[in-house]
Amino acid sequence: MKRAFNYIPNRPVAIFLACLPFIAAILFYMAGSETRLAENPNDKLMPSFTAFGEAMHNLAFTENRRTGQYVFWQDTYVSLERLLTGLGISVILCLVIGLPVGFLPYLRRMWEPFVAAFSLIPPLAVLPILFIIFGLGETSKIVLIVFGLAPFLTRDVALSVTQIPREQLIKAQTLGASTMQIMTQIVLPQVMPRLVDSLRLSLGSAWLFLIAAEAIASEGGLGYRIFLVRRYLSMDIILPYVLWITLLAFLMDYALASWSRWYCRWRHLELKPS
Amino acid sequence: MTEITIDNIFKSYGSTPILERVSTVLPDHEFCTILGPSGAGKTTLLRILLSMETPTKGRILIDGEPVDEEPQPDRGVVFQRYSVFPHLTALQNVMIGPQLKSGNWFTRPLGAKRRHLRERAAALLEEVGLGDALDKYPCQLSGGMQQRLAIAQAMIMEPKVLLLDEPFGALDQATKRSMHSLILELWERNKMTIVMVTHDIQEAFTLGTRILMIDKVRDDPQAPAAYGSTITHDLRLDPKRRPPLTVVTDDTLDSAGDDPHSMRAIFARWTQNAGDAVVEKGGALATRGE
Ligand SMILES: Nc1ncnc2c1ncn2[C@@H]1O[C@H](COP(=O)(O)OP(=O)(O)OP(=O)(O)O)[C@@H](O)[C@H]1O
Ligand SMILES: [Mg+2]
Repeated sequence: MKRAFNYIPNRPVAIFLACLPFIAAILFYMAGSETRLAENPNDKLMPSFTAFGEAMHNLAFTENRRTGQYVFWQDTYVSLERLLTGLGISVILCLVIGLPVGFLPYLRRMWEPFVAAFSLIPPLAVLPILFIIFGLGETSKIVLIVFGLAPFLTRDVALSVTQIPREQLIKAQTLGASTMQIMTQIVLPQVMPRLVDSLRLSLGSAWLFLIAAEAIASEGGLGYRIFLVRRYLSMDIILPYVLWITLLAFLMDYALASWSRWYCRWRHLELKPS
Repeated sequence: MTEITIDNIFKSYGSTPILERVSTVLPDHEFCTILGPSGAGKTTLLRILLSMETPTKGRILIDGEPVDEEPQPDRGVVFQRYSVFPHLTALQNVMIGPQLKSGNWFTRPLGAKRRHLRERAAALLEEVGLGDALDKYPCQLSGGMQQRLAIAQAMIMEPKVLLLDEPFGALDQATKRSMHSLILELWERNKMTIVMVTHDIQEAFTLGTRILMIDKVRDDPQAPAAYGSTITHDLRLDPKRRPPLTVVTDDTLDSAGDDPHSMRAIFARWTQNAGDAVVEKGGALATRGE
Protein backbone atom coordinates (compact mmCIF):
# COMPACT_ATOMS: atom_id res chain seq x y z
CA MET A 1 0.00 0.00 0.00
CA LYS A 2 1.54 3.30 -1.06
CA ARG A 3 0.55 6.69 0.32
CA ALA A 4 -2.49 8.04 -1.53
CA PHE A 5 -0.65 10.91 -3.22
CA ASN A 6 1.94 8.54 -4.68
CA TYR A 7 -0.64 6.94 -7.00
CA ILE A 8 -0.28 8.84 -10.25
CA PRO A 9 -2.66 8.11 -13.17
CA ASN A 10 -1.20 7.61 -16.66
CA ARG A 11 -2.36 9.75 -19.54
CA PRO A 12 -5.42 7.86 -20.86
CA VAL A 13 -6.69 7.39 -17.33
CA ALA A 14 -6.09 11.06 -16.61
CA ILE A 15 -8.13 12.10 -19.65
CA PHE A 16 -10.92 9.72 -18.73
CA LEU A 17 -10.96 11.02 -15.17
CA ALA A 18 -11.07 14.62 -16.39
CA CYS A 19 -14.13 13.81 -18.56
CA LEU A 20 -16.05 12.04 -15.81
CA PRO A 21 -17.42 15.06 -13.92
CA PHE A 22 -18.55 16.68 -17.18
CA ILE A 23 -20.40 13.53 -18.27
CA ALA A 24 -21.89 13.18 -14.81
CA ALA A 25 -23.14 16.77 -14.87
CA ILE A 26 -24.76 16.30 -18.28
CA LEU A 27 -26.42 13.02 -17.27
CA PHE A 28 -27.60 14.56 -14.03
CA TYR A 29 -29.15 17.48 -15.90
CA MET A 30 -30.82 15.21 -18.45
CA ALA A 31 -32.36 13.05 -15.76
CA GLY A 32 -33.62 16.08 -13.86
CA SER A 33 -34.97 17.72 -16.97
CA GLU A 34 -36.82 14.58 -18.07
CA THR A 35 -38.44 14.07 -14.70
CA ARG A 36 -39.64 17.65 -14.55
CA LEU A 37 -40.89 17.65 -18.15
CA ALA A 38 -42.75 14.37 -17.55
CA GLU A 39 -44.60 16.04 -14.72
CA ASN A 40 -45.20 19.33 -16.53
CA PRO A 41 -44.43 19.61 -20.27
CA ASN A 42 -44.46 23.42 -20.00
CA ASP A 43 -41.80 23.54 -17.33
CA LYS A 44 -39.35 26.37 -18.12
CA LEU A 45 -36.69 25.73 -15.50
CA MET A 46 -34.88 22.74 -17.01
CA PRO A 47 -35.51 22.64 -20.77
CA SER A 48 -34.53 19.57 -22.75
CA PHE A 49 -31.53 19.51 -25.09
CA THR A 50 -33.90 19.67 -28.04
CA ALA A 51 -35.23 22.94 -26.72
CA PHE A 52 -31.65 24.27 -26.45
CA GLY A 53 -31.01 23.22 -30.02
CA GLU A 54 -34.12 24.97 -31.29
CA ALA A 55 -33.47 28.17 -29.40
CA MET A 56 -29.86 28.30 -30.56
CA HIS A 57 -30.85 27.50 -34.12
CA ASN A 58 -33.16 30.51 -34.05
CA LEU A 59 -30.53 32.85 -32.64
CA ALA A 60 -27.41 31.64 -34.39
CA PHE A 61 -28.49 30.43 -37.80
CA THR A 62 -31.66 32.36 -38.58
CA GLU A 63 -31.53 35.95 -39.75
CA ASN A 64 -33.33 38.30 -37.45
CA ARG A 65 -36.25 39.68 -39.44
CA ARG A 66 -36.05 43.14 -37.96
CA THR A 67 -32.30 43.82 -38.06
CA GLY A 68 -31.13 41.28 -40.64
CA GLN A 69 -28.45 40.07 -38.21
CA TYR A 70 -27.64 36.77 -36.60
CA VAL A 71 -28.29 37.67 -32.98
CA PHE A 72 -26.00 35.13 -31.35
CA TRP A 73 -22.96 35.98 -33.46
CA GLN A 74 -23.65 39.68 -33.19
CA ASP A 75 -23.79 39.36 -29.40
CA THR A 76 -20.55 37.40 -29.38
CA TYR A 77 -18.80 39.90 -31.63
CA VAL A 78 -19.86 42.93 -29.59
CA SER A 79 -18.91 41.34 -26.29
CA LEU A 80 -15.56 40.07 -27.46
CA GLU A 81 -14.72 43.42 -28.97
CA ARG A 82 -15.36 45.14 -25.66
CA LEU A 83 -13.53 42.51 -23.65
CA LEU A 84 -10.45 42.35 -25.87
CA THR A 85 -10.18 46.12 -26.11
CA GLY A 86 -10.37 46.34 -22.33
CA LEU A 87 -7.77 43.61 -21.87
CA GLY A 88 -5.46 45.14 -24.47
CA ILE A 89 -5.57 48.58 -22.91
CA SER A 90 -5.03 47.08 -19.46
CA VAL A 91 -1.94 45.17 -20.60
CA ILE A 92 -0.42 48.20 -22.30
CA LEU A 93 -1.12 50.38 -19.26
CA CYS A 94 0.28 47.89 -16.79
CA LEU A 95 3.53 47.61 -18.75
CA VAL A 96 3.92 51.29 -19.49
CA ILE A 97 3.27 52.21 -15.84
CA GLY A 98 4.28 49.08 -13.95
CA LEU A 99 7.74 48.59 -15.46
CA PRO A 100 9.13 52.06 -14.70
CA VAL A 101 7.37 52.21 -11.33
CA GLY A 102 8.81 48.89 -10.29
CA PHE A 103 12.23 49.63 -11.70
CA LEU A 104 13.02 53.25 -10.80
CA PRO A 105 13.17 53.85 -7.05
CA TYR A 106 11.97 57.46 -7.31
CA LEU A 107 8.89 56.51 -9.29
CA ARG A 108 8.30 53.57 -6.98
CA ARG A 109 8.26 55.73 -3.87
CA MET A 110 5.94 58.15 -5.56
CA TRP A 111 3.42 55.84 -7.21
CA GLU A 112 3.42 52.52 -5.44
CA PRO A 113 1.12 53.54 -2.57
CA PHE A 114 -1.17 55.37 -4.96
CA VAL A 115 -1.52 52.42 -7.33
CA ALA A 116 -2.08 50.14 -4.34
CA ALA A 117 -4.87 52.37 -3.03
CA PHE A 118 -6.33 52.75 -6.49
CA SER A 119 -6.48 49.01 -7.05
CA LEU A 120 -8.57 48.61 -3.90
CA ILE A 121 -11.45 50.73 -5.19
CA PRO A 122 -14.28 48.31 -6.02
CA PRO A 123 -14.78 48.84 -9.78
CA LEU A 124 -18.51 48.10 -9.71
CA ALA A 125 -18.99 50.84 -7.13
CA VAL A 126 -17.67 53.40 -9.58
CA LEU A 127 -19.72 52.07 -12.50
CA PRO A 128 -22.37 54.77 -11.99
CA ILE A 129 -19.62 57.39 -12.12
CA LEU A 130 -18.36 55.92 -15.37
CA PHE A 131 -21.87 56.00 -16.82
CA ILE A 132 -22.18 59.63 -15.80
CA ILE A 133 -18.82 60.62 -17.25
CA PHE A 134 -18.62 58.43 -20.34
CA GLY A 135 -22.31 57.94 -21.06
CA LEU A 136 -24.01 54.65 -21.66
CA GLY A 137 -22.03 53.79 -24.81
CA GLU A 138 -19.07 51.52 -25.44
CA THR A 139 -16.53 53.67 -23.60
CA SER A 140 -17.89 53.17 -20.12
CA LYS A 141 -17.92 49.38 -20.52
CA ILE A 142 -14.32 49.28 -21.70
CA VAL A 143 -13.26 51.73 -19.00
CA LEU A 144 -14.88 49.52 -16.38
CA ILE A 145 -12.79 46.54 -17.50
CA VAL A 146 -9.63 48.65 -17.57
CA PHE A 147 -10.49 50.09 -14.18
CA GLY A 148 -10.92 46.64 -12.75
CA LEU A 149 -7.82 45.05 -14.27
CA ALA A 150 -5.13 47.63 -14.94
CA PRO A 151 -4.35 48.67 -11.33
CA PHE A 152 -4.10 45.06 -10.22
CA LEU A 153 -1.88 44.11 -13.15
CA THR A 154 0.24 47.23 -12.71
CA ARG A 155 0.89 46.37 -9.09
CA ASP A 156 1.72 42.85 -10.07
CA VAL A 157 4.18 43.92 -12.76
CA ALA A 158 5.85 46.44 -10.43
CA LEU A 159 6.16 43.77 -7.76
CA SER A 160 7.69 41.19 -10.05
CA VAL A 161 10.19 43.77 -11.32
CA THR A 162 11.47 44.17 -7.77
CA GLN A 163 11.90 40.41 -7.50
CA ILE A 164 14.54 40.20 -10.22
CA PRO A 165 17.83 39.39 -8.44
CA ARG A 166 19.99 42.48 -7.95
CA GLU A 167 22.96 40.55 -9.34
CA GLN A 168 21.36 40.55 -12.77
CA LEU A 169 20.90 44.30 -12.80
CA ILE A 170 24.51 44.75 -11.70
CA LYS A 171 25.64 42.28 -14.32
CA ALA A 172 23.75 44.15 -17.03
CA GLN A 173 25.50 47.37 -15.97
CA THR A 174 28.90 45.71 -16.27
CA LEU A 175 27.86 44.84 -19.81
CA GLY A 176 27.32 48.51 -20.48
CA ALA A 177 23.52 48.54 -20.55
CA SER A 178 21.54 51.76 -20.10
CA THR A 179 18.44 52.09 -17.92
CA MET A 180 16.15 51.77 -20.92
CA GLN A 181 18.02 48.74 -22.27
CA ILE A 182 17.85 46.97 -18.95
CA MET A 183 14.15 47.72 -18.73
CA THR A 184 13.30 46.47 -22.22
CA GLN A 185 15.79 43.65 -22.63
CA ILE A 186 16.34 42.26 -19.15
CA VAL A 187 13.36 43.22 -17.02
CA LEU A 188 10.47 43.06 -19.50
CA PRO A 189 11.14 39.52 -20.76
CA GLN A 190 11.47 38.26 -17.22
CA VAL A 191 8.21 39.90 -16.15
CA MET A 192 6.27 38.49 -19.10
CA PRO A 193 5.55 34.95 -17.80
CA ARG A 194 4.19 36.29 -14.55
CA LEU A 195 2.09 38.89 -16.38
CA VAL A 196 0.52 36.20 -18.56
CA ASP A 197 -0.32 34.16 -15.48
CA SER A 198 -1.92 37.15 -13.77
CA LEU A 199 -3.83 37.98 -16.91
CA ARG A 200 -5.16 34.44 -17.05
CA LEU A 201 -6.29 34.71 -13.46
CA SER A 202 -8.05 38.01 -14.10
CA LEU A 203 -9.98 36.79 -17.15
CA GLY A 204 -12.77 35.83 -14.76
CA SER A 205 -13.07 39.34 -13.36
CA ALA A 206 -12.87 40.81 -16.85
CA TRP A 207 -15.94 38.80 -17.89
CA LEU A 208 -17.65 39.75 -14.65
CA PHE A 209 -17.16 43.47 -15.32
CA LEU A 210 -18.23 43.09 -18.92
CA ILE A 211 -21.45 41.26 -18.13
CA ALA A 212 -22.28 43.61 -15.29
CA ALA A 213 -21.86 46.62 -17.55
CA GLU A 214 -23.84 45.00 -20.35
CA ALA A 215 -26.63 43.98 -18.00
CA ILE A 216 -27.15 47.55 -16.86
CA ALA A 217 -26.97 49.49 -20.08
CA SER A 218 -26.41 48.09 -23.52
CA GLU A 219 -27.86 47.40 -26.92
CA GLY A 220 -26.30 44.01 -27.41
CA GLY A 221 -23.79 41.57 -26.12
CA LEU A 222 -23.85 38.22 -24.42
CA GLY A 223 -24.51 39.67 -20.96
CA TYR A 224 -27.21 41.95 -22.32
CA ARG A 225 -29.03 39.02 -23.96
CA ILE A 226 -28.97 36.91 -20.81
CA PHE A 227 -30.46 39.66 -18.72
CA LEU A 228 -32.95 40.54 -21.43
CA VAL A 229 -34.46 37.07 -21.81
CA ARG A 230 -34.47 36.55 -18.03
CA ARG A 231 -37.86 38.30 -18.04
CA TYR A 232 -39.38 35.47 -20.04
CA LEU A 233 -37.63 32.78 -17.96
CA SER A 234 -35.97 31.64 -21.18
CA MET A 235 -33.65 29.06 -19.68
CA ASP A 236 -33.30 27.56 -23.16
CA ILE A 237 -31.34 30.67 -24.14
CA ILE A 238 -29.65 31.54 -20.86
CA LEU A 239 -28.01 28.18 -20.29
CA PRO A 240 -26.42 27.86 -23.76
CA TYR A 241 -25.21 31.44 -23.47
CA VAL A 242 -23.59 30.71 -20.12
CA LEU A 243 -21.92 27.63 -21.60
CA TRP A 244 -20.73 29.66 -24.58
CA ILE A 245 -19.23 32.35 -22.34
CA THR A 246 -17.50 29.65 -20.33
CA LEU A 247 -16.13 28.10 -23.49
CA LEU A 248 -14.86 31.47 -24.74
CA ALA A 249 -13.18 32.13 -21.41
CA PHE A 250 -11.59 28.72 -21.51
CA LEU A 251 -10.30 29.24 -25.04
CA MET A 252 -8.80 32.59 -24.12
CA ASP A 253 -7.12 31.06 -21.12
CA TYR A 254 -5.80 28.23 -23.25
CA ALA A 255 -4.53 30.60 -25.91
CA LEU A 256 -2.67 32.67 -23.32
CA ALA A 257 -1.15 29.58 -21.77
CA SER A 258 0.02 28.28 -25.15
CA TRP A 259 1.44 31.63 -26.12
CA SER A 260 3.36 31.80 -22.86
CA ARG A 261 4.71 28.30 -23.35
CA TRP A 262 6.06 29.36 -26.71
CA TYR A 263 7.16 32.91 -25.95
CA CYS A 264 8.54 32.28 -22.46
CA ARG A 265 9.93 28.86 -23.16
CA TRP A 266 12.82 29.37 -20.74
CA ARG A 267 10.40 29.85 -17.86
CA HIS A 268 8.56 26.63 -18.57
CA LEU A 269 11.82 24.74 -18.88
CA GLU A 270 12.73 26.08 -15.44
CA LEU A 271 9.48 24.87 -13.96
CA LYS A 272 9.50 21.50 -15.67
CA PRO A 273 13.05 20.35 -16.35
CA SER A 274 12.80 17.74 -19.08
CA MET B 1 48.21 48.97 -17.64
CA THR B 2 45.72 48.53 -14.87
CA GLU B 3 46.72 49.28 -11.34
CA ILE B 4 44.06 49.01 -8.66
CA THR B 5 44.58 50.99 -5.49
CA ILE B 6 42.42 50.14 -2.51
CA ASP B 7 42.81 53.22 -0.39
CA ASN B 8 41.97 52.88 3.28
CA ILE B 9 38.48 51.39 2.88
CA PHE B 10 36.04 51.35 5.81
CA LYS B 11 32.61 49.86 5.46
CA SER B 12 29.85 49.59 8.05
CA TYR B 13 26.28 48.45 7.74
CA GLY B 14 24.41 50.63 10.20
CA SER B 15 26.62 50.74 13.26
CA THR B 16 28.25 47.36 12.53
CA PRO B 17 31.73 47.76 11.09
CA ILE B 18 32.49 45.10 8.47
CA LEU B 19 35.74 46.30 6.95
CA GLU B 20 38.29 48.69 8.41
CA ARG B 21 41.60 50.08 7.19
CA VAL B 22 41.70 47.92 4.08
CA SER B 23 44.55 49.21 1.93
CA THR B 24 46.60 47.59 -0.77
CA VAL B 25 47.77 48.06 -4.32
CA LEU B 26 47.25 45.46 -7.04
CA PRO B 27 49.69 46.02 -9.90
CA ASP B 28 48.89 45.28 -13.53
CA HIS B 29 48.02 41.69 -14.49
CA GLU B 30 47.66 40.50 -10.92
CA PHE B 31 45.70 37.36 -10.04
CA CYS B 32 44.55 38.26 -6.58
CA THR B 33 42.72 35.72 -4.47
CA ILE B 34 40.86 36.80 -1.36
CA LEU B 35 40.56 34.39 1.53
CA GLY B 36 38.84 34.73 4.86
CA PRO B 37 36.38 33.12 7.19
CA SER B 38 32.69 33.25 6.38
CA GLY B 39 31.19 36.63 7.14
CA ALA B 40 34.57 38.37 7.12
CA GLY B 41 33.49 40.77 4.38
CA LYS B 42 35.06 39.27 1.26
CA THR B 43 31.93 39.71 -0.82
CA THR B 44 31.54 43.19 0.62
CA LEU B 45 35.04 44.13 -0.58
CA LEU B 46 34.31 42.71 -4.01
CA ARG B 47 31.07 44.65 -4.19
CA ILE B 48 32.95 47.83 -3.33
CA LEU B 49 35.45 47.08 -6.11
CA LEU B 50 32.47 46.69 -8.44
CA SER B 51 30.80 49.96 -7.30
CA MET B 52 27.82 47.88 -6.25
CA GLU B 53 28.33 49.19 -2.73
CA THR B 54 29.85 52.51 -1.65
CA PRO B 55 32.49 52.41 1.08
CA THR B 56 31.76 54.36 4.25
CA LYS B 57 35.26 55.81 3.98
CA GLY B 58 38.12 55.46 1.56
CA ARG B 59 38.15 54.96 -2.20
CA ILE B 60 39.08 52.66 -5.04
CA LEU B 61 41.36 53.96 -7.76
CA ILE B 62 42.15 52.38 -11.10
CA ASP B 63 45.29 53.85 -12.63
CA GLY B 64 45.04 56.75 -10.22
CA GLU B 65 41.49 57.63 -11.20
CA PRO B 66 38.64 57.03 -8.75
CA VAL B 67 36.33 54.35 -10.16
CA ASP B 68 32.92 55.33 -11.50
CA GLU B 69 30.19 55.25 -8.89
CA GLU B 70 28.17 52.83 -11.02
CA PRO B 71 29.20 49.39 -12.26
CA GLN B 72 30.83 49.84 -15.68
CA PRO B 73 32.12 47.57 -18.44
CA ASP B 74 35.74 48.12 -17.31
CA ARG B 75 35.05 45.73 -14.44
CA GLY B 76 33.43 42.41 -15.33
CA VAL B 77 31.91 40.14 -12.73
CA VAL B 78 30.90 36.54 -12.13
CA PHE B 79 28.71 36.07 -9.09
CA GLN B 80 28.20 32.83 -7.29
CA ARG B 81 24.59 32.75 -8.52
CA TYR B 82 22.28 34.67 -10.86
CA SER B 83 25.14 35.73 -13.10
CA VAL B 84 23.51 34.76 -16.37
CA PHE B 85 20.14 35.85 -17.72
CA PRO B 86 17.61 33.03 -17.46
CA HIS B 87 15.56 34.20 -20.43
CA LEU B 88 18.42 34.03 -22.93
CA THR B 89 20.11 31.01 -24.47
CA ALA B 90 23.81 30.43 -23.88
CA LEU B 91 24.68 32.08 -27.18
CA GLN B 92 22.38 35.04 -26.55
CA ASN B 93 23.80 35.42 -23.06
CA VAL B 94 27.28 35.90 -24.51
CA MET B 95 26.13 38.08 -27.40
CA ILE B 96 24.10 40.43 -25.26
CA GLY B 97 27.10 42.29 -23.84
CA PRO B 98 28.42 43.73 -27.10
CA GLN B 99 24.83 44.17 -28.30
CA LEU B 100 23.93 46.28 -25.29
CA LYS B 101 27.12 48.27 -25.55
CA SER B 102 26.74 49.10 -29.22
CA GLY B 103 22.99 49.48 -29.56
CA ASN B 104 20.52 51.99 -28.24
CA TRP B 105 17.46 50.75 -26.45
CA PHE B 106 15.72 49.03 -29.29
CA THR B 107 18.19 48.41 -32.08
CA ARG B 108 20.52 45.48 -32.31
CA PRO B 109 23.38 44.96 -34.69
CA LEU B 110 22.23 43.36 -37.93
CA GLY B 111 23.70 41.69 -40.96
CA ALA B 112 27.45 41.23 -41.17
CA LYS B 113 28.08 42.83 -37.80
CA ARG B 114 25.69 40.45 -36.15
CA ARG B 115 27.15 37.45 -37.91
CA HIS B 116 30.62 38.49 -36.81
CA LEU B 117 29.46 38.87 -33.21
CA ARG B 118 27.73 35.50 -33.38
CA GLU B 119 30.92 33.83 -34.53
CA ARG B 120 32.95 35.48 -31.82
CA ALA B 121 30.45 34.40 -29.14
CA ALA B 122 30.29 30.85 -30.47
CA ALA B 123 34.09 30.62 -30.53
CA LEU B 124 34.28 31.84 -26.94
CA LEU B 125 31.65 29.30 -25.87
CA GLU B 126 33.57 26.60 -27.66
CA GLU B 127 36.62 27.62 -25.69
CA VAL B 128 34.89 27.30 -22.34
CA GLY B 129 33.56 23.90 -23.40
CA LEU B 130 29.99 24.89 -24.17
CA GLY B 131 30.20 24.41 -27.92
CA ASP B 132 27.35 21.88 -27.81
CA ALA B 133 25.08 24.01 -25.66
CA LEU B 134 24.73 27.18 -27.72
CA ASP B 135 20.95 27.05 -27.81
CA LYS B 136 20.34 25.80 -24.29
CA TYR B 137 18.81 28.00 -21.63
CA PRO B 138 20.71 28.40 -18.33
CA CYS B 139 18.20 26.21 -16.49
CA GLN B 140 19.17 23.38 -18.83
CA LEU B 141 22.84 23.72 -17.87
CA SER B 142 24.55 22.29 -14.81
CA GLY B 143 26.04 24.56 -12.15
CA GLY B 144 29.53 24.29 -13.59
CA MET B 145 28.31 24.96 -17.12
CA GLN B 146 26.42 28.03 -15.91
CA GLN B 147 29.60 29.37 -14.31
CA ARG B 148 31.55 28.78 -17.52
CA LEU B 149 28.80 30.58 -19.40
CA ALA B 150 29.05 33.47 -16.95
CA ILE B 151 32.80 33.63 -17.51
CA ALA B 152 32.34 33.68 -21.28
CA GLN B 153 29.69 36.36 -20.89
CA ALA B 154 32.06 38.55 -18.89
CA MET B 155 35.11 37.79 -21.07
CA ILE B 156 33.56 38.91 -24.34
CA MET B 157 33.60 42.46 -22.97
CA GLU B 158 37.37 42.20 -22.48
CA PRO B 159 37.25 43.94 -19.11
CA LYS B 160 40.38 45.37 -17.54
CA VAL B 161 39.40 43.77 -14.27
CA LEU B 162 37.47 40.56 -13.72
CA LEU B 163 35.86 40.08 -10.32
CA LEU B 164 34.88 36.57 -9.29
CA ASP B 165 32.92 35.72 -6.13
CA GLU B 166 33.42 32.08 -5.21
CA PRO B 167 32.84 31.12 -8.82
CA PHE B 168 33.76 27.49 -8.36
CA GLY B 169 32.37 27.01 -4.86
CA ALA B 170 29.76 24.47 -5.84
CA LEU B 171 31.83 22.36 -8.22
CA ASP B 172 33.43 18.95 -7.82
CA GLN B 173 37.23 18.63 -7.80
CA ALA B 174 37.63 17.51 -11.40
CA THR B 175 35.42 20.26 -12.84
CA LYS B 176 37.16 22.74 -10.57
CA ARG B 177 40.54 21.78 -11.95
CA SER B 178 39.43 22.22 -15.56
CA MET B 179 37.93 25.59 -14.62
CA HIS B 180 41.25 26.56 -13.04
CA SER B 181 43.20 25.92 -16.21
CA LEU B 182 40.52 27.73 -18.19
CA ILE B 183 40.68 30.83 -16.03
CA LEU B 184 44.50 30.82 -15.96
CA GLU B 185 44.57 30.59 -19.73
CA LEU B 186 42.15 33.48 -20.13
CA TRP B 187 44.10 35.48 -17.59
CA GLU B 188 47.40 34.91 -19.41
CA ARG B 189 45.99 35.70 -22.81
CA ASN B 190 43.93 38.77 -21.99
CA LYS B 191 46.47 40.26 -19.60
CA MET B 192 43.75 41.47 -17.27
CA THR B 193 43.62 41.71 -13.52
CA ILE B 194 41.56 39.07 -11.71
CA VAL B 195 40.25 39.43 -8.19
CA MET B 196 38.73 36.20 -6.94
CA VAL B 197 37.04 35.46 -3.63
CA THR B 198 37.33 31.87 -2.50
CA HIS B 199 36.95 29.65 0.53
CA ASP B 200 39.39 27.14 -0.83
CA ILE B 201 42.92 27.79 0.37
CA GLN B 202 44.39 25.35 -2.09
CA GLU B 203 42.64 27.16 -4.91
CA ALA B 204 44.00 30.45 -3.64
CA PHE B 205 47.58 29.19 -3.59
CA THR B 206 47.25 27.39 -6.92
CA LEU B 207 45.92 30.31 -8.89
CA GLY B 208 46.99 33.47 -7.14
CA THR B 209 50.00 35.65 -7.72
CA ARG B 210 48.72 37.55 -4.75
CA ILE B 211 46.84 36.28 -1.73
CA LEU B 212 44.90 38.51 0.63
CA MET B 213 43.59 37.09 3.88
CA ILE B 214 40.77 39.10 5.39
CA ASP B 215 39.95 38.63 9.04
CA LYS B 216 39.48 40.44 12.31
CA VAL B 217 42.68 41.48 14.01
CA ARG B 218 41.08 42.66 17.19
CA ASP B 219 38.44 40.39 18.55
CA ASP B 220 36.35 41.21 21.56
CA PRO B 221 34.64 38.01 22.71
CA GLN B 222 32.05 40.12 24.56
CA ALA B 223 31.14 42.04 21.41
CA PRO B 224 32.03 40.07 18.29
CA ALA B 225 30.58 42.80 16.08
CA ALA B 226 32.62 45.59 17.63
CA TYR B 227 35.42 45.49 15.07
CA GLY B 228 35.61 45.02 11.34
CA SER B 229 37.97 42.91 9.28
CA THR B 230 41.14 44.06 7.67
CA ILE B 231 43.89 42.49 5.58
CA THR B 232 45.71 40.21 8.02
CA HIS B 233 48.04 38.60 5.48
CA ASP B 234 49.15 39.88 2.13
CA LEU B 235 51.37 37.46 0.21
CA ARG B 236 52.94 37.95 -3.17
CA LEU B 237 53.71 34.64 -4.86
CA ASP B 238 56.05 34.01 -7.73
CA PRO B 239 53.97 31.80 -10.04
CA LYS B 240 57.14 30.25 -11.50
CA ARG B 241 58.24 29.03 -8.09
CA ARG B 242 54.84 27.73 -7.05
CA PRO B 243 55.04 24.71 -4.76
CA PRO B 244 53.80 21.32 -5.90
CA LEU B 245 50.09 21.11 -5.39
CA THR B 246 49.98 18.65 -2.55
CA VAL B 247 47.40 19.10 0.12
CA VAL B 248 49.17 20.08 3.31
CA THR B 249 48.26 17.67 6.07
CA ASP B 250 51.45 17.86 8.07
CA ASP B 251 50.26 18.87 11.51
CA THR B 252 53.77 19.17 12.88
CA LEU B 253 54.06 22.48 11.06
CA ASP B 254 53.78 25.39 13.39
CA SER B 255 50.16 26.44 13.48
CA ALA B 256 50.65 29.53 15.65
CA GLY B 257 49.00 27.98 18.64
CA ASP B 258 45.52 28.13 17.13
CA ASP B 259 43.13 25.31 16.55
CA PRO B 260 45.01 23.44 13.79
CA HIS B 261 41.86 23.37 11.67
CA SER B 262 41.17 27.08 11.85
CA MET B 263 41.52 28.94 8.62
CA ARG B 264 44.40 30.94 10.02
CA ALA B 265 46.30 27.78 10.96
CA ILE B 266 45.76 26.12 7.59
CA PHE B 267 46.75 29.33 5.92
CA ALA B 268 49.99 29.43 7.96
CA ARG B 269 50.80 25.88 6.90
CA TRP B 270 50.20 26.67 3.28
CA THR B 271 52.37 29.75 3.54
CA GLN B 272 55.15 27.71 5.04
CA ASN B 273 54.69 25.07 2.38
CA ALA B 274 54.88 27.68 -0.35
CA GLY B 275 58.38 28.47 0.96
CA ASP B 276 60.42 30.15 -1.74
CA ALA B 277 57.49 31.12 -3.85
CA VAL B 278 56.45 33.75 -1.31
CA VAL B 279 58.39 36.76 -2.43
CA GLU B 280 56.77 39.33 -0.18
CA LYS B 281 54.78 39.27 3.04
CA GLY B 282 52.56 42.02 4.36
CA GLY B 283 49.35 42.60 6.26
CA ALA B 284 48.41 43.43 9.80
CA LEU B 285 49.56 40.13 11.31
CA ALA B 286 52.68 39.57 9.20
CA THR B 287 54.84 41.52 11.62
CA ARG B 288 53.89 39.14 14.39
CA GLY B 289 55.60 36.41 12.46
CA GLU B 290 52.45 34.43 11.70
N1 LIG C 1 23.30 44.53 2.88
C1 LIG C 1 23.76 44.22 4.10
N2 LIG C 1 23.21 44.79 5.20
C2 LIG C 1 23.69 44.51 6.43
N3 LIG C 1 24.70 43.67 6.69
C3 LIG C 1 25.29 43.08 5.64
C4 LIG C 1 24.85 43.31 4.29
N4 LIG C 1 25.62 42.59 3.47
C5 LIG C 1 26.50 41.93 4.25
N5 LIG C 1 26.30 42.21 5.56
C6 LIG C 1 27.09 41.69 6.67
O1 LIG C 1 28.44 41.91 6.39
C7 LIG C 1 29.23 40.83 6.82
C8 LIG C 1 30.14 40.38 5.72
O2 LIG C 1 29.37 39.87 4.66
P1 LIG C 1 30.03 39.29 3.36
O3 LIG C 1 28.93 38.83 2.48
O4 LIG C 1 30.97 40.29 2.80
O5 LIG C 1 30.84 38.05 3.94
P2 LIG C 1 31.75 37.04 3.18
O6 LIG C 1 33.13 37.22 3.68
O7 LIG C 1 31.55 37.16 1.70
O8 LIG C 1 31.18 35.66 3.70
P3 LIG C 1 30.96 34.29 2.92
O9 LIG C 1 32.31 33.67 2.85
O10 LIG C 1 30.06 33.53 3.80
O11 LIG C 1 30.38 34.61 1.59
C9 LIG C 1 28.27 39.75 7.30
O12 LIG C 1 28.31 39.74 8.71
C10 LIG C 1 26.93 40.21 6.82
O13 LIG C 1 25.96 39.90 7.80
MG1 LIG D 1 30.55 35.96 0.19
